Amino acid sequence: MFELIEEYQLLSAFWMTIKLAAFSAVISLVVGTVVAIMRLSPVKIFQSVGTAYVTLLRNTPLTLIVILCSLGIWGQLNIDLASRESSTFLVDNNFRWAVAGLSAYHAAFVCEALRSGVNTIPLGQAEAARSIGLTFAQSMRQVILPQAFRGAITPLGNVLIALTKNTTVVAAIGVAETAYRMKALAEFEPALLMVGFAIVALGFVILTLPMGMLTSYLSGRLAVKR
Amino acid sequence: MSDDANGFPRPTNEPLVVLQDVNKHFGDLHVLRDINLTVHKGEVVVVIGPSGSGKSTLCRTINRLETFESGSITINGETLPEEGKALARLRADVGMVFQSFNLFSHKTILENVTLGPIKVRGAKAAAAKKRAMELLDRVGVAHQAEKYPAQLSGGQQQRVAIARSLAMEPTVMLFDEPTSALDPEMINEVLDVMVQLAKSGMTMIVVTHEMGFARKAADRVVFMSDGAILEENIPEEFFSNPQTDRAKDFLGKILTH
Repeated sequence: MFELIEEYQLLSAFWMTIKLAAFSAVISLVVGTVVAIMRLSPVKIFQSVGTAYVTLLRNTPLTLIVILCSLGIWGQLNIDLASRESSTFLVDNNFRWAVAGLSAYHAAFVCEALRSGVNTIPLGQAEAARSIGLTFAQSMRQVILPQAFRGAITPLGNVLIALTKNTTVVAAIGVAETAYRMKALAEFEPALLMVGFAIVALGFVILTLPMGMLTSYLSGRLAVKR
Repeated sequence: MSDDANGFPRPTNEPLVVLQDVNKHFGDLHVLRDINLTVHKGEVVVVIGPSGSGKSTLCRTINRLETFESGSITINGETLPEEGKALARLRADVGMVFQSFNLFSHKTILENVTLGPIKVRGAKAAAAKKRAMELLDRVGVAHQAEKYPAQLSGGQQQRVAIARSLAMEPTVMLFDEPTSALDPEMINEVLDVMVQLAKSGMTMIVVTHEMGFARKAADRVVFMSDGAILEENIPEEFFSNPQTDRAKDFLGKILTH
């Protein structure tokens, strides 16, 4: 079994999965928050842009988005995300476009998770914030978002778990993560296919199980008492 | 300012909040009908009336938590801005106390009181904290400063909410049924704070069902029904000699027991 892990570089493949998930999680959290603020803002044009973003990205298959990033935006429009002089240009560029696609897609879900968190906040909180003279940005930053994040920990955790598993999609553009190695393994070691599956499945459980446990713990711990 | 017999300062003749021909609809419902009301600096105006008479809406319209369709509202001579930073600046000068307290649930009592002064007024944290502790002391909850709102009783939360408004040093304070969500034994602790505030000369517009407070602290009682102001009078006159049938009926129902 260890030979198998070594031969098909499964450890480095999992490390790649972790890197993809970590970078995409951070970026999608930031982008998703911005989109959520746009949807919550009183300005009509921002609302429309936010709504359009979510509708478009959430309803497009992830595979399509990732392949569009690689073949379309990079391949056709030649927009690089790494320096062409670099010896690791192809690997870096591919990785970054993969992160971009994953982030753009999951930001839509982060936005909706946050909005569900906002819905847990009584209207009076926003009214009180306004009535002491906080501007829209200040009341978002000081009153609404801190409570929205706490109320949205469980759905945000779901997005993180889905994101981690969805990283397997970027095998389609040749990023050497777990599913990519898994494909090679399936091709060259058909006899050990089931063992390979089991190892990969177990690896993902090891990654995602703590996320679920952590979000359950945090959602209880950080819940806003009313 | 000279004080009257009960130790309340007499209001001035300077108009502070002026509503002119204010109209508002909720769909088909005409919630505010040609409202004309002038509140002078230092005056305590108590707004009473049956449920659904529009008195809460009136109160919320004054700092634009509710929009209105026609008419004008000025505060200190300044027309209420429609939105944006100018509105935020004006709201900072208008204190608001809600029926459901609305303390920021994720912040401590102290943070609730210092948030506005620090973020809106640009006060230094240390100075804001010192002032907040004075105010919390004044409303009798200084020893709870590090707790969270949910750990306090309703009466204590409402007193903190008053301190939070006072920290902004408002020119006028609005009270939207401040004691309606409280257990009976907690009502007085909040009313006591409000009476003290009235004695200190604060301009107050109070929507309430507490007739005792109206008799004691009000300079003027405004009676509303079906979105219109039907009567305005000094408390003694209004309670002993209401002019309209609607007011007589209302007082008859609430003062019989």
